Amino acid sequence: MDNQEVCLRAEHICKIYPGTKALDDVSFQVLRGKVNVLIGENGAGKSTLMKIIAGIEQPSSGKLYMDDQELSFRDTTEARAHGIGIIHQELSLFPNLNIYQNIFMSREKTKHHIRLDNAQHAELTEKVLQRLEHPIPPETLVGNLRVGQQQIIEIARNLIQDDLKILIMDEPTSSLSAQEVQILFKIMRELTAAGISIVYISHRLEEILQIGDHVTILRDGKYVADEEVANITVPWIVKRMVGEEKGYAHRERNVDWSEVPTVLEVRDITLPKSGGGYLLDHVGFQVKKGEILGIYGLLGAGRTELFECIMGLHPEHTGQVLLDGEEIKVDSVAGQIHRGFALVPEDRQREGLVQTLNIAKNISLSSLKACTKGIFLDKKTEDEQVERQIKDIHIKVADKRLPILSLSGGNQQKVVIGKGILTDPKILLMDEPSRGIDVGAKAEVFDIINQYAEQGLTILVISSELKEILAIADRIIVLSNGKKTAELAGDEITEDNLVMASYQGHHLQASGT
Amino acid sequence: MKKNQSNHGLAMTLLKGRTFIVLIVLLIFFSFAAPNFFSQNTMLLIAKHVALYGILAIGMTYVIITGGIDLSVGAVVGLAGMVAGGLINKGLTLPMFGVTLYFDVPLIVLITIVVGALVGWLNGIVITRFNVAPFIATLGMMYVARGLAMLHSNGATYSNIVGKPALGNTGYDFFGSNIMGIPVGAIILVIIAVITAILLKFTPFGWHVFAIGGNEKAAKLSGIKVNQVKIMVYILSGVCAAIVGIINSAQLVAAHPASGESWEMNAIAAAVLGGTSMAGGIGGIGGTIVGAFVIGVINDGMVMCGVSEFWQMVIKGLVIVFAVVIDQFQRNLQAKMALQARGEEKETAASNPGGNLA
Repeated sequence: MDNQEVCLRAEHICKIYPGTKALDDVSFQVLRGKVNVLIGENGAGKSTLMKIIAGIEQPSSGKLYMDDQELSFRDTTEARAHGIGIIHQELSLFPNLNIYQNIFMSREKTKHHIRLDNAQHAELTEKVLQRLEHPIPPETLVGNLRVGQQQIIEIARNLIQDDLKILIMDEPTSSLSAQEVQILFKIMRELTAAGISIVYISHRLEEILQIGDHVTILRDGKYVADEEVANITVPWIVKRMVGEEKGYAHRERNVDWSEVPTVLEVRDITLPKSGGGYLLDHVGFQVKKGEILGIYGLLGAGRTELFECIMGLHPEHTGQVLLDGEEIKVDSVAGQIHRGFALVPEDRQREGLVQTLNIAKNISLSSLKACTKGIFLDKKTEDEQVERQIKDIHIKVADKRLPILSLSGGNQQKVVIGKGILTDPKILLMDEPSRGIDVGAKAEVFDIINQYAEQGLTILVISSELKEILAIADRIIVLSNGKKTAELAGDEITEDNLVMASYQGHHLQASGT
Repeated sequence: MKKNQSNHGLAMTLLKGRTFIVLIVLLIFFSFAAPNFFSQNTMLLIAKHVALYGILAIGMTYVIITGGIDLSVGAVVGLAGMVAGGLINKGLTLPMFGVTLYFDVPLIVLITIVVGALVGWLNGIVITRFNVAPFIATLGMMYVARGLAMLHSNGATYSNIVGKPALGNTGYDFFGSNIMGIPVGAIILVIIAVITAILLKFTPFGWHVFAIGGNEKAAKLSGIKVNQVKIMVYILSGVCAAIVGIINSAQLVAAHPASGESWEMNAIAAAVLGGTSMAGGIGGIGGTIVGAFVIGVINDGMVMCGVSEFWQMVIKGLVIVFAVVIDQFQRNLQAKMALQARGEEKETAASNPGGNLA
C-alpha cells in the first residue's frame, strides 16, 4: 500500500433514504492509475456510493477528499469540473439526437459563444471513436445504434473531457459482446497508464480478476473488506459478499415430489431484447402441485420477465407453457387469470394497488365477476369474500372501507396477495413479495405462502434475498443473464451455490461467441 | 432484398416530404375547385392568416419538443391585442398622479411583448418550480389570460385603434399593412422563423431543448439546467403569442377580447403536421411553417369553395389525425430500416472475422 497514491478518499459516508440506510459509515479510497473494483450483492450500496462521488446524490453525513482537499459536490457539473466522470448503469443518452450531439451535450464548442461548431464536434467525435476502435459516422442517430455501441458512446462522452481524473463505470460490460469487452479492457488499460483512476462496478467476477487492481466489497450498505486482486480468488469474494449472518429457519417438508403431479411446465421460453440479445434465453422448468419454486438471480437476470411471459404480458415471446400437461396459448392477462394464474407484482405501489380505491375494493378487484347478480355487483357476496380473505391472511384492518394507503407496507402487501388468491388460482406467481416490508410482516407473508402451499396451491417466488429464498423454497432455479444456470433441490441449496450460479450466465457470454 | 430496400428509400423520401406534398396537392385541388383561388387577393389573405398561425406554431414547436404543451397562447393573443389597443385608445391612467400617459407605438409593442413574456414566465415557473403538468398549468393560464382580456374593457371591443396624431401614437396599423404587396405579418413570420430555426439548430440552447424532450433525466445528469431551459421555452411561446396578438389587432384595426379563441389548437395542429412529435424530442421550424400553410390553405380554400363551417371542422380534424397516423408509419419504417442496416453490418462482420478486434 505504501507506493500507492490515493486520488480520492470518501470517509465515513452515510446515506439515509426514507425507511432505509443505503450506506452505513462506508469509507472508500480510489487509487491513482488503478482499476478500483467495487463489488456487492443487489442493494449493497455500490451504485449509491458512486452517485455520491459523482455528485448525483449528496451524503447524509461523511466527507469526500481529493488530494487532501475537502470537497462537496452539489451536482454532476461540479463533480465534472473536478475531473470525475461517470458512466451510468442505465444508459443516459438521447436517442433522438446524433452521436456528436450526445457526446458534446452541455459542453458544446461554439464560435463566438453563440453558434455551435458542428464541424469541430464531428471531427473530435471521429477522433475519439477512432481511439475506441469504433469508427461510427458521427452523424448517426444514437437511437439506431446497438446497445453495445451506445455504451461506447457513453465512454466517449467521458473521454472527451480533457482533465479526466476519475472515471466511474457502473456495470459497463453488462450489455457488451465479448469482443467489445476486450476493446473496453484495452481502453481501460490505456486510461490507467495515462494516470486516470477507474472505479469499476461489475457483476462478472471472472472479469474483475482479469481487469481489476484493487477490490472493495460492500454488503448491506456496510464496508466488508478490501484487498489487492493479486491476492484473491472467486470463492474469497463470494464468501465475503454473502456474509455469515443467521438466516431464517428452513422449513422441512417431507414430500416425495416424484409422486406429485406436475401442474406447470415451461419449455424454452425465449424473449428477445430490443437492441439485440435475449432477456430470456430458452428457459424451462417444471413445478409440482403444492410446491414452492424459488427463482433467484441478480437484477436484470430476467426473473420478472419470466413471470410477465407466463402471465401473457409479452406476446412476442416464444416457447411453450403446459398447464396440467396440456399446452396452452398464452395470449392475454385476463385469459391467464381465467386459467388459474395469479401474479403478485414486484412494484406494489405502481402495479399492485389502486391507491384511489379503498381496502375492500382493492381486495375484490380481480374477482368482481364472481360477485355479480345479473349485471349488478352483489354487495353481499363481495363483502363476504373480502371478509373471509381479511381473516384468512390476517390483514390488520380497523375498517375495510378505509383508504388503502392507511395500511402499513406489510398489510398492503397482504392485500395484494389476497387479491390474487381471491381469483382462486392454481398457480400463484410472487415477485419479491417481501420487498419493503418489516421483519414481522415478512414472517407473516412467509406463513401465508406456506399455508397455501400446504393446501395444494403451486407457488413461484422471486426473491433477491438469499436467506429468504433459502428458507422458503422447496426447489430453486437460478437465472443469470436470461439463462437458467442452475436448478437446486435439497442439500444442494446453499448460499454459495446460488451466488456462483447467479454469475454464471455472464461468464458464459463473456467467453462464448 | 436490395430492391426491397430501394423501395423503402423511395417511400422514406415521400414520407419525409409528406406535408409538403399535401400542401401542393391542396393548392392544385383548390385552384380547380375555387375559381379565384390563385388571385392576388386570395394569396394575400392566406399569407395574412398563415402569418398568425405560423408564429404561434413556432413557439408551440419549441414547447412540444421539450415534451410540454402550451394551451394559453390563444388567450394570450386576445390579451395582447387588448393591452395594445387599450394603450392606444385609452392610454395608461395613473390615478395617484391624476394623469393619463399615451406611449408611442414602439413602446406599446414592447410593453405588449413583455406582457406575453410574463405570461410565459409564469407558465414556466408553475411547471418547473411547482411541478404542475404543462397541460394543467397552461390550461389554467388560458382562463386567467382570457379573463384578464375581458376585464380590460369589460368585454367590449377597442375599435379603430389607429391613435391620434396629437398624441403622437399613430402608426399601429403598420403591422396590418403591406410592404410592396407583402403583408407585414408574413415578413415578421419569416424573420421569426429564421431566427428561431437558427436558435434551435445551431446553438447550445437548441440542443438542450431537444435533449430535454428526448430524455429529461439524462439531460439533468449531463448538467443541463433543465428548469431554466423550460422556462425560456414558455417565455418564447408567450412572446410569439403576444406578437400574433399585435399583428392580429393591427390587421383588424380593432382589439376584441375574444380573438384568438381556440387558436392554440391550430398552432398544435401546425406543429404536429410539420412532424413535431407530441412525445417530445423531435421536430423543427421548417416543418411547422409548412404545417401552418396547410392549415391556412385548408381554412381559406374551403371558405372559397363554399364548404360549410361545420364540414370545415370535420375535414380539418381528419387531416390532423391522418398526419399523425402517417407520422407513426414513418417512424416504424425508419426503425425497420435501422434494424435492417444493423443486420447487414453483422453479416459483413461475420464474413470478416476479427476485423475490428483489438
